[in-house]
Amino acid sequence: MAKKLMKGSEAIAEAAVQAGCHLFFGYPITPQNEIPEYLSSRLPQVGGTFVQAESEVASINMLYGAAGTGERVMTSSSSPGISLMAEGISYIAGAELPVVLVNIMRAGPGLGGILPSQSDYFQTTKGLAHGDFRVLALAPWSIQEAADLIQDAFDLADYYRNPVMVVGDGLIGQMMEPVEFREDRRPIKELPPKTWASTGWKKDRPKAIINSLFLDPEELERHNFKLKAKYDEMEREEIRFAYYGPEEGELDVLIIAYGTVARVGLTALEELGEQGIRVGMIRPITLFPFPYEAIRNAADRAKHILVTELSTGQMIEDVHLALRDGRPLHFHCRLGGMLISPEEVIDKVHEILEGRSEEIRHG
Amino acid sequence: MAEPVFIRPESLSDVSTHYCPGCTHGIFHRLVAEVLDELGLRERTVGVAPVGCSVLAYNYFDCDFHEAAHGRAPAVATGIKRARPDLIVFSYQGDGDLASIGMAEIVHCANRGEKVTVVFINNAIYGMTGGQMAPTTMPGQVATTCQMGRDVELAGYPIRMAELISTLKTPAFIARASGHTPLHAVNAKEMLRRAFRYQAEGRCFSMVELLSTCPTNWGMPPAEAMKWLEKNMLPYYPLGVFKTPDGGDRAPHPIQPDGRD
Repeated sequence: MAKKLMKGSEAIAEAAVQAGCHLFFGYPITPQNEIPEYLSSRLPQVGGTFVQAESEVASINMLYGAAGTGERVMTSSSSPGISLMAEGISYIAGAELPVVLVNIMRAGPGLGGILPSQSDYFQTTKGLAHGDFRVLALAPWSIQEAADLIQDAFDLADYYRNPVMVVGDGLIGQMMEPVEFREDRRPIKELPPKTWASTGWKKDRPKAIINSLFLDPEELERHNFKLKAKYDEMEREEIRFAYYGPEEGELDVLIIAYGTVARVGLTALEELGEQGIRVGMIRPITLFPFPYEAIRNAADRAKHILVTELSTGQMIEDVHLALRDGRPLHFHCRLGGMLISPEEVIDKVHEILEGRSEEIRHG
Repeated sequence: MAEPVFIRPESLSDVSTHYCPGCTHGIFHRLVAEVLDELGLRERTVGVAPVGCSVLAYNYFDCDFHEAAHGRAPAVATGIKRARPDLIVFSYQGDGDLASIGMAEIVHCANRGEKVTVVFINNAIYGMTGGQMAPTTMPGQVATTCQMGRDVELAGYPIRMAELISTLKTPAFIARASGHTPLHAVNAKEMLRRAFRYQAEGRCFSMVELLSTCPTNWGMPPAEAMKWLEKNMLPYYPLGVFKTPDGGDRAPHPIQPDGRD
């Protein structure tokens, strides 16, 4: 298929269709409305179904019902809407259903604003809802990568029978870039048949009960350990990250950033390189599982570490965890929908190298 | 050899339930199961259980099941039916589940005209959590969160769900029945049969509200509870068909004391 100029939200929506998702349930919220709008007209063309739910609460529960039948399903929302879906996501994780969730993050807390943010990192990776569960989280930095990760997300969700969330800041939803959908794409995992799905019981298999209720504590404990084994496997098998910069030798500064903030970081890295400053950058692509080891290894050859985020400091806590040694970090953020510019990153690196940047310590 | 004339419906699992003695859930589980059997629907039926006393309904009905979050069964049913329109999908919900926390889901499911069947058990109280006031609790009725009786000045009047849903323009089958006498149970089964038949024919959304008792939380013996239902609930919650997909007839048609429509 030839490259096509697409808006991020529409590329995400088309990628879902290409991945065989024929059911979408959602509720309007800015800045991701182009996803449901696109699918409302696209899905009927492929024999699929679009339902505009009465709320995010309803849409996540529709997703729960539809996923239980074994179909590929997706919903999308933005930060406050994801908060409303949280309860349902917990049930979906507990019932081990594969679903794909998209969060085009906007600035909070509360109603906040509608402009880009990364302030849902904690929500995505640590505290999405009640109970002991995780979602596999993928963070694209371009429209092409968003389209690719959406298709991977369906395979990963099916393989792990677990929600997979694709998180983008508002820029991923709104900007336009060329996108190509590969026609020869194969599943990235070996996917077993969905024998657990509720499709009507002819007594030729065990009765399908889609459920997260386990009143017997011993049974629930076994279920919890079963879920943990999946999260452990994700941590072994699914970590994705990218490294940019000098492959060998000491780094003056190592930048750690994800999503579109990493694109800004790459621009700064290239310009600083021309100034003779050795800068490397690690970009986590999976936020859970997080690339702790890669960051630790890269940090070993860096004099200074700079974390840049569109939040007051959320991913930086995982960077501290990665380094283990309480090593001080430098941090730069913009908030409220304001973006980080390459100049800000370049200035920050100069401040660090000149000893004018305040260090952040944890613990 | 004698022929058995009364057997367990195939759609009902051969297990003991956890329901209290005298609870009407047993009657209505059986009626739903008999209807599924008689219409030959069991093999393509998927049920949706609520949160409440019937939370374990998936163990009692012998068909595929989803356990929904509190109040969300109509949304879950929507998801199942939209994914697999060939399936017969029903939710089984209590009054706290459907008329309180799940009000948005039931109204919009009905308004979209989802081709699903909702079995709504109205026993005027929260059962599983221990007898708290429900949106359907009668004025003056004592509950653990209205210990002097429901005060309509503070809590408003009980919500009549069948009437409320039947005001929607979208075609639907909406009825209210009861299980407090064998005759009423026969009528309730007929309402359930019509509801599932409309779904099987792909006609419309259907909801049957079933007046039920809760001897444990009402604090009275089962037989007395049946009488209390008749005396206190029937006048406020009239039985009958409130809406059919064929036309605009929304008048309730209370069944006569002799059981005839």
